[in-house]
Amino acid sequence: MTDLPVNVRGRICYMDAQGPIRRRLMDLGFVPGTEVEIIRRRPGRGAAVYLLRGTMIVLRKEQSEHIFIELIGADTDG
Amino acid sequence: MGKAQLLKLPRKFPLPEQTPPVIALAGNPNTGKSTIFNLLTGLKQHTGNWPGKTVLLSSGSYYYQQQEYKLVDLPGTYSLLANSPDEESARDFLCFARPQATVVVADATCLERNLNLILQVLEITSQMIVCVNLLDEAKRKHISLDLKALEVELGVPVVATTASRGRGINRLKEAIKDMAAGRTNVTPRRIIYDEEVEMALQQIQFQMAETLENCQIDRRFLALRLLDGDQTLIRKAADHKNLEDKVWAQSLLK
Repeated sequence: MTDLPVNVRGRICYMDAQGPIRRRLMDLGFVPGTEVEIIRRRPGRGAAVYLLRGTMIVLRKEQSEHIFIELIGADTDG
Repeated sequence: MGKAQLLKLPRKFPLPEQTPPVIALAGNPNTGKSTIFNLLTGLKQHTGNWPGKTVLLSSGSYYYQQQEYKLVDLPGTYSLLANSPDEESARDFLCFARPQATVVVADATCLERNLNLILQVLEITSQMIVCVNLLDEAKRKHISLDLKALEVELGVPVVATTASRGRGINRLKEAIKDMAAGRTNVTPRRIIYDEEVEMALQQIQFQMAETLENCQIDRRFLALRLLDGDQTLIRKAADHKNLEDKVWAQSLLK
């Protein structure tokens, strides 16, 4: 998800985190099937503002790396 | 100061042996919990909490139809599964203080993301009222909400409010009154897990039924936390004074 271009919508297809990190991400709304979009990116460091389920949430690279997405409108599944 | 207190005295006093019903306010951050708290109690509470510091539960009381209610404002959390000290203190309050009613304040503009917490609270207590707040914001954003359907789905009362303008507060007070008096029929929606998990839950609960007779906590919730590998709750349950059979709880800790 870290590599998603700004203002392009994607859908979460897989999360490789386990335990408390996975739980925390899910509590924040990062659940497989959820649509996500990057609103703004912090240059260089990999932190970005994500829009999902009606709210903007900032994740660091270390957190967003656990989340994998497919582009919406892509013709193959993720 | 003496004067101010005198002015706040109620017209009728409850009988001394009556303790007022305890009402908890839970909800995601920034849903207007404290606005509702201030509206109900007439206080001007400004509380902050920081993860790792002592987490404050602010409390106050209000009178509605000559009955006193004690209101406790829990820290705003996305979850009750104890990832952080504030989640832990909110969870522990609901588990051990057993409030007569828990009002979960939800943001009408993004109701979906509030359902996580609502369902978690429902696993701890069925004495719950959902307060869908910020209704004016939702209208402005052209979001329409079928609160009747939500009420049917969750099986607990749903009240709509715009706390910043005081709208809906009387309906909320009425709902709290009914629930605290035991007049509300609830049919709480419980999450059914995979067969494997449900089987394990049954086994643990079966053991609890035999040995944890005095346990105040919802056994299914306690069993779920154990399956989750979270021992903080049973540790506390073992220390809790209501729990006489500590040996069994300790044996689960190894």
